[in-house]
Amino acid sequence: MFKHYFEQMDGVSIYPIFSLLVFFLFFVGLGWHVFRFDKKKQEHIESLPLDKE
Amino acid sequence: MQYITQPEPVGTLERFEYDNKIVKAFLVVTVIFGLVGMLAGLTLAVQLFWPGANFENPHVTFGRLRPLHTNAIIFAFVGNAMFAGIYYSLPRLLKAPMFSKALSWIHFWGWQLIILAAAITLPLGMTTSKEYAELEWPIDIAITLIWVVFAINMFGTIIKRRERHMYVAVWFYIGTVVTVALLHIVNSLAIPVSLTKSYSLYAGVQDALVQWWYGHNAVAFFLTTPYLGLMYYFLPKAANRPVYSYKLSIIHFWSLIFIYIWAGPHHLLYSSLPDWAQSLGTVFSIMLIAPSWGGMLNGLLTLRGAWDKVREDPVLKFFVVAVTAYGMATFEGPMLSLKNVNAISHFTDWTIAHVHVGALGWNGFMIFGILYYLIPRMYKTQLYSKTLTNTHFWLGTLGIIFYALPMYWAGFVQSLMWKEFTQDGFLAYPNFLETVTQIVPLYMIRAVGGTMYLIGTLVMIYNLIKTAKQGAFVPAEYAEAPALEKNVKVTGGTWHAVLERKPVIFTGLAIVAVAIGGVVEFVPTALIESNIPTIDAVKPYTPLELTGRDIYIKEGCVGCHSQMVRPFRSETERYGEYSKAGEFVYDHPFLWGSKRTGPDLHRVGSKYPDSWHYNHMMDPTTMSPGSIMPPYPWLLENDYDKELLPAKIKAMRTLGVPYPEGYEDIAVAEAEKQAAEITQRLADAKIKTSKDKEIIALIAYLQRLGTDIKTTK
Repeated sequence: MFKHYFEQMDGVSIYPIFSLLVFFLFFVGLGWHVFRFDKKKQEHIESLPLDKE
Repeated sequence: MQYITQPEPVGTLERFEYDNKIVKAFLVVTVIFGLVGMLAGLTLAVQLFWPGANFENPHVTFGRLRPLHTNAIIFAFVGNAMFAGIYYSLPRLLKAPMFSKALSWIHFWGWQLIILAAAITLPLGMTTSKEYAELEWPIDIAITLIWVVFAINMFGTIIKRRERHMYVAVWFYIGTVVTVALLHIVNSLAIPVSLTKSYSLYAGVQDALVQWWYGHNAVAFFLTTPYLGLMYYFLPKAANRPVYSYKLSIIHFWSLIFIYIWAGPHHLLYSSLPDWAQSLGTVFSIMLIAPSWGGMLNGLLTLRGAWDKVREDPVLKFFVVAVTAYGMATFEGPMLSLKNVNAISHFTDWTIAHVHVGALGWNGFMIFGILYYLIPRMYKTQLYSKTLTNTHFWLGTLGIIFYALPMYWAGFVQSLMWKEFTQDGFLAYPNFLETVTQIVPLYMIRAVGGTMYLIGTLVMIYNLIKTAKQGAFVPAEYAEAPALEKNVKVTGGTWHAVLERKPVIFTGLAIVAVAIGGVVEFVPTALIESNIPTIDAVKPYTPLELTGRDIYIKEGCVGCHSQMVRPFRSETERYGEYSKAGEFVYDHPFLWGSKRTGPDLHRVGSKYPDSWHYNHMMDPTTMSPGSIMPPYPWLLENDYDKELLPAKIKAMRTLGVPYPEGYEDIAVAEAEKQAAEITQRLADAKIKTSKDKEIIALIAYLQRLGTDIKTTK
């Protein structure tokens, strides 16, 4: 039944493609970033809780 | 690419202090309210096999006590512990004291006053009936204000920090602060009728959607993200080794907050919510396994090569069970979001088991671990007794098992009994009560589990007091660090490295990440608003029925009775026609419920005579021998409220309920007229009562429930 309402929305066919794109880009971007993460910086941040108080 | 941790040359060292007093204050109230919340829970558990345990006192009857239990545990126990953990770890991670001591103490006392207000109003029956958002509008406003104080204090600290990079725990704190604010405000929107009564801005399906968007994400952003932040701080600290994978923590954070916010509709599977919105909830819930387990593994693997420490260190023991419980609950959650599993689990004690693995295991054990970690350090001493700590650990762990297993069992058994048909095609257990009495022994075992957990907590309190007594409290710890140089351009690193130096942009992006899911979930709401399949026969409640509905809300009936007949043969056989979205358009708030300790009531209208309801409310066992529903004799004594009735009609009209202009002026007269009819019918059944009693209004409401669509044919 709700298909009917979607059919009446302008350009509704782009919604699923858009959603897929948002998620794909989000996770690819995140993966890419993590992949290139600077080792030295990682070591510094990791040790933050362990720093002497 | 050159990465610079601190711009050279280093500025002069600045001396500052970490305030332990505020941490101590939050820890003390954590323990006190934890005890109160658990005692309330145990009382409820006992009432489920011994209904007399309310001692005919309306204020501690199940329906009113349940929200007190959930609110005490969530906002007082888990909330105060969260604040303690944040006020301890945030300054240390950022090398800066909290932004303002005054704000810290306003936050502390403000939050305790809110808890006090909840502890007074909930037993009095002042409730919105929306789960975990029961508090009435003046308290909601106070929560908003205090939350803003907390936010200013947190962001002020972040801005004044001496460590350029924000550790992953800080991201989780930021995500928590902004999202909880968003959830709380949107779900609490209501029109006040008086200081202690309001009606939700939303009705029926939309109200349900907003409520479970809130409810689900209250679990996500009040019980989960802050505790993940605390896990990322305290677990490495206790194990004295860095987190297993910082890269994983980045993925964990962003994907968790991005996905979590969408999953709310899984609380409404097979309800009148449109199918596609339900599917959206299911899909995102399944996706949630990935970030949740990423976080769990990151926590557990931090201990790789150090498992021998777990055997020795009680703090780590508690953390390991907590993280394991988190893993179990976050695997189970997505499974429960599958429609075929949900068809069995929903409305049963399975849900109760699920949430308690989270509350007792994840939150409870994280809090215990943090307490055992912090108290000796803040008192510069050793833990008083390791043996007692281990005793607590085992009492708690076994308590969880003795709590959860009977509840899973009860959930399965009852659900299968609801769905069982005889060979001739009739319900095998047509009397709902049969399915309840079957699981009462399991309720007893559950209370044993809860008692064990509570005794464990008492052991902890003794141990911690002894620890504090043998040490000396350190009100402030001094530290030194160079200030961040202003106007220094720190370059290098990836975009995320840049982001971690920019708290404002970071917060902005976090808001975007949670808002995407929020906005898309409200597209269905908007769609439903304009396109809800209206049913002409569905009319607004009469003034007396509306009054009865408010009594239903006040007594917390929704805690045990659903009003949502799902489209299963086993339910339409038992209750009648399945519930339609169009039937709830005047329901501010919706009362679908989430648990069936008693039967569904959506089609209870005209099922029994008025006299049945009268006798049943006076003493349920006279009509249903063996019933575990408590008696409600005060409904037969108290007069229903007429004073607010005109204001209620007006408020409803403002919300779009089509009462004609001027109807508020005749509302009381209309109510009295209908009350006289019911009183007459009762008199015919030889029941003498006054027409002004609450029971009359409640009967009017119950007899109306679900009857509108019967008049269409």
